[in-house]
Amino acid sequence: MRANFIFSEVWIGLRRNLTMTIAVVVTVAIGMALLGVGLMISSQISSMRDFWTDKVEVSVFLCKKNDAFPQCKTSGGVNEQEQADLKAEIEAMPQVEQVTFENAAEAYKNFRTQNANNTVLLSAIQVDDMPESFRVKLKDPNTYAAVIEALSGRPGVSNVINQKELLEKFFGLLEKLRWAALIIAIILVFAATLQIGNTVRLSAYNRRRETGIMRLVGASNLYIQLPFVMEGVISGLIGGVVAAMLLIVSKVFLFDAVQVALNNNSELAWETVASVISLTMVVGVIICVLASFFTLRRYLRV
Amino acid sequence: MIHFDNVTKVYVNQNRPALDHVSVDVDKGEFVFLVGPSGSGKSTFLRLVLKEERPNSGAIHVAGKDLARLSNFKIPHLRRRIGCVFQDFRLLPNKNVYENVAFALEVIGKPRRFIRKVVPEVVELVGLEGKAHRMPDELSGGEQQRVAMARAFVNRPMILLADEPTGNIDPATSIGIMKVLDRINRTGTTVVMATHDAAIVDSMRKRVVELEDGKIVRDQSRGVYGQAY
Repeated sequence: MRANFIFSEVWIGLRRNLTMTIAVVVTVAIGMALLGVGLMISSQISSMRDFWTDKVEVSVFLCKKNDAFPQCKTSGGVNEQEQADLKAEIEAMPQVEQVTFENAAEAYKNFRTQNANNTVLLSAIQVDDMPESFRVKLKDPNTYAAVIEALSGRPGVSNVINQKELLEKFFGLLEKLRWAALIIAIILVFAATLQIGNTVRLSAYNRRRETGIMRLVGASNLYIQLPFVMEGVISGLIGGVVAAMLLIVSKVFLFDAVQVALNNNSELAWETVASVISLTMVVGVIICVLASFFTLRRYLRV
Repeated sequence: MIHFDNVTKVYVNQNRPALDHVSVDVDKGEFVFLVGPSGSGKSTFLRLVLKEERPNSGAIHVAGKDLARLSNFKIPHLRRRIGCVFQDFRLLPNKNVYENVAFALEVIGKPRRFIRKVVPEVVELVGLEGKAHRMPDELSGGEQQRVAMARAFVNRPMILLADEPTGNIDPATSIGIMKVLDRINRTGTTVVMATHDAAIVDSMRKRVVELEDGKIVRDQSRGVYGQAY
């Protein structure tokens, strides 16, 4: 009886304020989707960081014949003596954990697997085009500065690339994206709160006869307020479902696609997506309930 | 049943009190007319009984409860024991007679079976049998007021407050309304009716409490509307 009555009231309220309800649903959906995207980016950054931190290396590329690097111009590529000296010097460094030498054939093989889809690039590049390099693994990836300093400009070295630096640039970009998503989400949540407030006020005005009579015949506050709060909950839930769909779409077509393009296998787990979705739904519904409840206290004298 | 002890009510931004040291007792089962010109404090009296307003001083007891000690949370329970009828009927235009009366029970969570049983009884009591499925705009003013009375009485309140119930109704129809109020009173319900209608007060010969500028100037059993000292 009670539930029946309240749901019919809720249905009437939602239908009467259809345009406002749609506006609330859309705002909540987009706000929650952006909140979710922000959270998903966070989780993506941390999983990628874990994945990469073990693997980052400092690459010390060696000169080849006819190399374009200025410090290689004088020599006809690195000679064996220089190469042996460099290896000994790198191994002697206290920060270094391990050094491996990658010859042109290995570099070409790695290059081929990384760019397996790019046939144009593969046909243009030959084994001879690949530089040889020392791959230096550091005990602590953060101590790269001294290593680079020591090795740059040494005879036979064309250039030194720190993968971690490249990675940090990429993470920096992701972090900016995350903050942008979260800030827009906060603004939208604010807008949604105001809209829900407005919707409830309109709803309270439309139903002032009913609520007046309910008050008069002794309906409890819960009975009077619940239909309005439920309206908020339902708009919040619908918004949450739409946001969930947007998040699933963005996981499949955005996050996973980026991972594929980066040749990275730290794909976002579905469990993460599920927990992000449930969190955004809870946040959406709580916002709706609070917004309805506080406007009710202003516009519905009990 | 209703006990006012030295009650004063001053509305915000007004210098003159709406009720000025009013003391009055209404016993169980009584029928009381509250008379006096507009602004004499009749409506304020009724609003205080419902705890829609709070007095500035003095104590009010309704149905054995001290209203000053009644928490906001309990106000709905007080109001379930008080029925209300107004000059403007206050029906829901999109519900028919039956639904309007049933609404009062639905919103206090009564089971549907109970509603199906009592609503037709009350609709018959107010003389609207056969009109349960009419909409309010298909009814005359007198019939609409009967619906309002059915709604006020359907929960069997201990007290029925009527604020000028015949104010919008012609004298001939008013007699019918008063008959219904009298019938409700005979079931043991205390009735307090605020009115301007001298003819009705004179014909009923019930207790009359006259207010003027917020003060009780007359309290007479079996009284009439005008001065009858």
